[in-house]
Parts: sequence; C-alpha cells; structure tokens
Amino acid sequence: MAEYEVVHSKSPVFYPIYERKADLKHQTHYCPGCGHGVVHKLIAETIADLDLQDRTIFVSPVGCSVFAYYYFDVGNVQAAHGRASAVATALKRACPESIVIAYQGDGDLAAIGTAEIVHAANRGENITVFFINNAIYGMTGGQMAPTTLVGQTTTTTPWGRRPVNEGYPLRVCELLATLEAPVYIERVALSDNKNIMRARRAIRKAIELQRDGAGFSLVEILSPCPTIWKMTPTEARDWVAENMIRNFPLGVFRDRRLAMPGNGGPPQRSVAEVLGLTSPSLGTEAPAAATPTDTREWKMKIAGFGGQGVLLLGQILAEMGMREGKEVSWLPSYGPEMRSGSAHCHVCLSSQRIGSPLIEHPNVLVAMNEISLRKFAPSVTPGGLILYNRRTVPADLGVSNVRLLPIPAAELADQLGAAKVGNIVMLGALLELTGALSFATAEAVLQATVKNPDLLALDLRALQAGRDWARQLPREVR
Amino acid sequence: MRQLCKGNVAVIQGAVLAGCRAYYGYPITPASEIAEAAAFYLPQVGGVFLQAESEVAAINMVYGAAAAGQRVMTASSGPGISLMQEGLSYLAGAELPCVVVDVVRGGPGLGNIAPEQSDYFALVKGGGHGNYRNLVLAPASVQEMADLTMLAFELADRYRNPAVVLTDGFIGQMMEPLELHARITSPPEKPWAVRGTAATRKNLITSIHLEPDALEAHVRKLEAKYREAQEREPRHELYLAEDAEVLLVGYGIVSRVLRSAAEQAREQGLRVGLFRPITLWPFPVQALREAARDVRAVLVVEMSTGQMVEDVRLALREQAPVHFYSRVGGNVPLAEEVSARIFEWVETAVR
Amino acid sequence: MASEPRGRVQIDPNECKGCGLCIDACPPHCLVFTEELSPYGVHPAHYLGSGCTGCGICFYVCPEPGAIVVYRLSPPPKVISTTEASRAATL
Repeated sequence: MAEYEVVHSKSPVFYPIYERKADLKHQTHYCPGCGHGVVHKLIAETIADLDLQDRTIFVSPVGCSVFAYYYFDVGNVQAAHGRASAVATALKRACPESIVIAYQGDGDLAAIGTAEIVHAANRGENITVFFINNAIYGMTGGQMAPTTLVGQTTTTTPWGRRPVNEGYPLRVCELLATLEAPVYIERVALSDNKNIMRARRAIRKAIELQRDGAGFSLVEILSPCPTIWKMTPTEARDWVAENMIRNFPLGVFRDRRLAMPGNGGPPQRSVAEVLGLTSPSLGTEAPAAATPTDTREWKMKIAGFGGQGVLLLGQILAEMGMREGKEVSWLPSYGPEMRSGSAHCHVCLSSQRIGSPLIEHPNVLVAMNEISLRKFAPSVTPGGLILYNRRTVPADLGVSNVRLLPIPAAELADQLGAAKVGNIVMLGALLELTGALSFATAEAVLQATVKNPDLLALDLRALQAGRDWARQLPREVR
Repeated sequence: MRQLCKGNVAVIQGAVLAGCRAYYGYPITPASEIAEAAAFYLPQVGGVFLQAESEVAAINMVYGAAAAGQRVMTASSGPGISLMQEGLSYLAGAELPCVVVDVVRGGPGLGNIAPEQSDYFALVKGGGHGNYRNLVLAPASVQEMADLTMLAFELADRYRNPAVVLTDGFIGQMMEPLELHARITSPPEKPWAVRGTAATRKNLITSIHLEPDALEAHVRKLEAKYREAQEREPRHELYLAEDAEVLLVGYGIVSRVLRSAAEQAREQGLRVGLFRPITLWPFPVQALREAARDVRAVLVVEMSTGQMVEDVRLALREQAPVHFYSRVGGNVPLAEEVSARIFEWVETAVR
Repeated sequence: MASEPRGRVQIDPNECKGCGLCIDACPPHCLVFTEELSPYGVHPAHYLGSGCTGCGICFYVCPEPGAIVVYRLSPPPKVISTTEASRAATL
C-alpha cells in the first residue's frame, strides 16, 4: 500500500476557523469563482514559505476584500477607501522591520486612491501593493470602475462605457512605470493555469523584494468577478483571457534595483539637545533677566515695507523684553498685507500678563515709510511717540498730542554702508528716546542672534548711530 | 529657559517632548510653520516627517502610524481640516489616538488666511460621519500651544481617540516666551497596536462592524468613553470672575481680548469677569454654571457667527441671559469694542 | 491501470462553493460535481477516486483557502522542497 503525503493544503497563514466572521466560519465571504480567494492563497503561501507570518501587516481596502482580515492570521489594519497605500506608508515607516502589504481593488487604487498610489510609488516606499483589477465595482453592486473596458455595461454605464463620456480604462502599471522609484511592476492574470502560476511567481517576488529592502513593488492581477459580470466562474475566467488581457497587456513593466542617493539626513541628537534643554531639570533663566522695576506698559507698533526689517525689529524688542523679565508678545501682520509688500507687527511689553496682543492704539509707533505713518499715526494714544524714518515729517500730517520725531534711519544706515541695518538704527533711537529697555540687553540680543562677526559689528555701529542721533535732538523735542 | 517662540513652533516643541515621533502633513497658511518645525526637529530625534500629497493622504498616514502605536500628529487649517474629516471619523471609529492641530483661518471656502474661530462646529461637534467626538483643547498663548499639545497626546492615548488643538492664526503666528520643562515623556505601552511582530500578530485595527448589534455595541463603548471624558476632563480658567456682574465667555485669542476688556470695564466701574473654556469638548458645563451663578448677564464673544455660544446657552439654559458679539472675516475684536458693547447692554438693561 | 494513482485530492464539501473551476482546470479530468447538494445548497466538486497526478492545479485555481487538499504518492519521484515540487509539477 502506497503512502500519500500532503503537498497542497490550507496555508497556516490563514486562520483555521474564521472567527471574525459572523457565520459561515469555514468559507470565505467571496462569491464562487472570485479571484480574491486565489490571490489570498498565493499571498498566504508566500508569507508561509518565506517565514514572514509574524512580521506581516496586511492593509485591507474598501471593497470586497475589506474583510481580508477575517482570513489572514497576520497583523491587520483596515484602511479607508483608497488610502491603503498612505496607511501602508506610515506603518512601514513606523515599523521598518515589518512586511507591509497593501491590497487594493480597482476602484480603491485607481479611482479614489489614485493620488495615494502614485505618490507612494513615487516615494519608493518599501511596501508591496497587490492591485486586483476586475474592471468593475463588485462590493457596491456593479458600477463602473476606472478600469472598466470600453463598451462594457455596468450599472452606471447602462449603454456601455463610452470614451466620450467616461474616458478610457486606466492602465495603472503603465502609468506607474513612468516613475523613477518603483523597483518592480508586473501585470498578471487569473485567466488560466499557466497565468495563475505566473501570478504566483510575481506575488512571491514582490514580497521578497520588500523583505530585501529593495523598495516599492506592485503586482496588478486581472481577476474575475463572475457574480457582477453575470457569468459562470469558467466564463468569467475566460473573459479575463479574452477581453481583459487584450486591454491590459500582461508583462513586467519595471524590474530593476535602484540605488537611491544617500539620505543626507541630520545627525541624531537627544530631545534635550534638540530643544535646548541643557539641564535635565529646569532650564536656567537667561543671564540678563531681572525683576522688572519698570511698570510702564509698552504697546509698540512697527510698520513699514517688506525688507525694511520691520518684523525683525519687533522680534528683537520682544526678545529684549523677555530677557529683562517682562511679559512680552509679538504679533505680526500676516495675510494679504504680508503678500502685498507692507508689513507691521505689534509688540507688547508689560510687567503684567498680557491680554490682547493686538494693539489698536500704540503708545510707540515706528513708521519706516510714509504710507505706514499716514495709516497708523492717527491711532497713536495721546502722549505717545512716533519715530519716522525720514529727516522731515510731511507738513500735512494732522496729528496732535503726540511726539513725532523724524529719525533718518535709512540714511544713517546708508552712511554705515548697509541699508538693511536701518531697523537697528531705529532701535538705537527708540531705546534712547523711551528708555523702555537697556542698551546692554540690545547688545546681548544682537550678539546672541547675529552669528556673522562683520554683521554683528555693523549692527552694533547702527545701534550706536541711532542712539547718537537721538541724543543730539534738542531737549524740547525729546 | 525662556525662549521667544512662535505659537506654531511651540506646538512641535511640545510634541517632541511628548514623545511624538511622526508627523504627516500638507502645507497651508497659517499652519505651515508647524510642518516646517516638524521637518526640522523630528528627523533629529529619530522621528518621521513626511510632506504628504494631500491632507487626505496625510490623515490616513496618521491613521497608519497610530495603528502602529506611534505618537503621531498632523496640523492644518480650515480647508485642509475639511479634507481630513473622513480620516478623523476612521481614527475615532478604529480607536486610534492622534493629535490634530487646526490653526483656524477665515472661511467658508477659500475664505482668507486671517484668524477666525469658525471651525468650532467642524471639530467640537464632530465634522466627520458617525457617532464620535474629538477631544478639543483651545490654547490662548504660545506657552499653551506647547502645553496643550502635550496634554492632547496624553488625552488621545488615555481615551484612544483623536485629540484636537483648536487654535487660530494669531496664536499660531505670534511670538511669546516659552518655557519648556524637561519632563520628556514616552508614550504608554500599546498592546493593541499592529507592529509586524509575533506579539501583535493577533491585533486588528478596523472601524467596520457589519452586524447592527456589533456596531451598536461598539458605538456604546465609544459613548461610555466619551461620558468618562466628560466627567474627568473639562478644563477652564477664570479671571476676575468671583464678584462679576457680567461674565465674558471666550476661548483662544478672544479670551486674551476679553481679559483686556474686563480690565477696561472694571476701570470704568463695572465688575466684569472672564470664563475661558480650555477644553471645548468636553465643554466645562458645570464650571460655567457655577461661574455664572450670580451674574446679571453673560456675553459670549467669538470670531464666528455663533458656534460656541450654542454650548454656552445649552449649559446655562435659563440661568442667565446670554448675549453674543462676534467679528468674522479675519477681524479680531478689540478690547475697546467689547467693553463698549458691555456698557451698551448694561444701559439697555437698566433702562 | 494496475498501479496506484500518483496523487489524490480531497475536497471539503463544507468549504467548496461549487464554482467548478477545479473541474474545468484538472488536466486528467478526474474531478466532477456531486449529485447531492451540500448544506450550503451547492453541488460541491468531488474526486472520482482515480486518475489524479497530484499536480496541484486544482488547488491553485480554487478560490477557497481550505477546500482542497492535494496528496502525492510518497516518496516523490525527486527530492525537492514542497514549493519547488508544486512549481515543477504544474508547469
């Protein structure tokens, strides 16, 4: 009596009983003759053969295979419609040692998820995508798919797919093969015994490539959908052979190893280093910090044109205030104004917690150009100070109860040889005229922020120039 | 050490401290500095930053990273948040923790890029499909951008649910001192995650429950979680509220304006206080009722045509008259404007 | 046919959905539908009891993970791995 041994049987990568199903726990939920089951078996066989069961994460799509997790005894993540490649991207990046398989149908991958598959492929994500193309929406009952053939009748193409209305079937492999990053793209078909065995080799290769860290691979599988096609399983299989393959030629569209350029990423540092938390306990206070004795509230508006250093001047003032132990806020104008070239910012300096950082009525206005002067001068509080970036003020400017001082900051900066330090000249004048913050702090902030020694020297000269100009102003205007 | 920091950057500094090691996002003004900061910081500490092809892809990448148990976040503004709503529903349905920051801009449609508070309904009331809630925190300063982002990660993990930091263009764009405390946290163990390991092989992340009874059981489980959050998590801040005859209610940047408005009104002899919800969901109902017990009127100010005010009215019912004042389109109300409005109402009431 | 068939197929009527793909694909035509209906109301496939070569084609065309078990006479003619054996056998 001869001995028989098992050569083909249910893969251990499938659950023995489909506990996650409500009923019919021995059968899949797929229709008789459906291609999904065949592909599932080929994938399971590869996972088992390559000993990857513990490492595999299977991302199931929306479509008939939404319930692939009923069957695969691997880690399972179910994704939103069309997003399996995006979900797979993040899973793989979170778990580089895992084997991430995204399993998607034609509606999922080639209609709603077109962007996600193109970009996952283009990034060369080291994932494996199995794309089941049956030219129809199965789960939802037979609507047109992006891969529906010209002339093919579906519930949403009752007169057949007409290119004039719906365009032509989308050829995913050809599309993705235009990209640089994918390493393996092949189209196979479940049309006959021979092609099923080709599909088996392609599926195996795609998973092996991921295991070896090669990069993105996709296998498109032309697959029968007898129920929705209204055919018997054998008719459907033959329809794949006779009609689908003619429209979707089989073959290898990409098969190459790609050496991506070196990653060029940053050196790795600790969180404390990266965030500047030098001490493991609390950080130390900035050296210049002191208990504020000045209880004046400063509400400064700095306004001008893009490139005049308006926002930076505000930031320097806020940084100085913080170092002197004040409460500070800096609020930039952003939005359409920022795009059209003019800019302003609000700086509050206070000994108290700051309420609104938005200043309607500043007590100091720095106007770096005439437009800003005319726009904001009327809003300055009585007794406030306006510093204007010119030698003279416009004669027709009707503001009263404020000190309006012309400070030719740009001119002084030009004399120093760099127009861009006009804002620092203005800072020097502002500090001299208000006494809001100390020169020592200004120098400390500049030293801390300006790394180039030549630029720093220039800034310090500009600061002094502004200060000197303000000092020589007649006492009565100061 | 105090550093002068932009609100949007503070979000990422807080996230890095909270153990966030993945960011998937798509640029949009006025939230882009969050993505830029993530691109700078995360790769230095072994994290992932990826600029996705769209907000739709980004939120689904968040879903994937969360499924793997990573602390993960994204950030956007109105139009991008609209695109993420389906993903948020999936995240809540699959019980995946994540943090989403919305730096709200003017809407509807393309609107503008100036600050508004018009995404309250979209995030506090849900926005996506189905029975779920987001945990929603509303920072009012740069410091809170970091602190509440850290809290958001904790709450997201505690409830296995998306947590949202709902802020606006002003808080995102402004700079204030930020002090980071070096209590570097690491995420809790997540035995439910799918990581491609023997230990996690049995795990399943999904939001589908085909049988009505199964889905009802799942939704009831979520509901119980949300009820627990409603009991444990409401947070608020009071300012000058003890003796107030008029109580201002506002969140985020508006609360800052109202702080100034309350001070101004007090200078003019009217006892005005402020109630600031820190959690918008769960809404601090009890605390608001207590704060409003002895007031003559409540004034809600929002940069929307009236969204949070509905929750205030629900909370207070007939306890006190609720007035509403708003600016929209990117206009931020001024303190002067609000205090003038208070006096108008008080005079009307006296007459 | 005095010698034992080289292979044997076992089809589980509780898993077979009666699609008939295996019957159509079987090179030696040794699979047929049963007369009786299965508990699910279909005519499952069934091995005639002779003629099987153990090629495994029925296994690969069958969409059900566990419906078909293929046996082969032991020892196999060549000593190769299971997967290699199935590949060699089917092409």
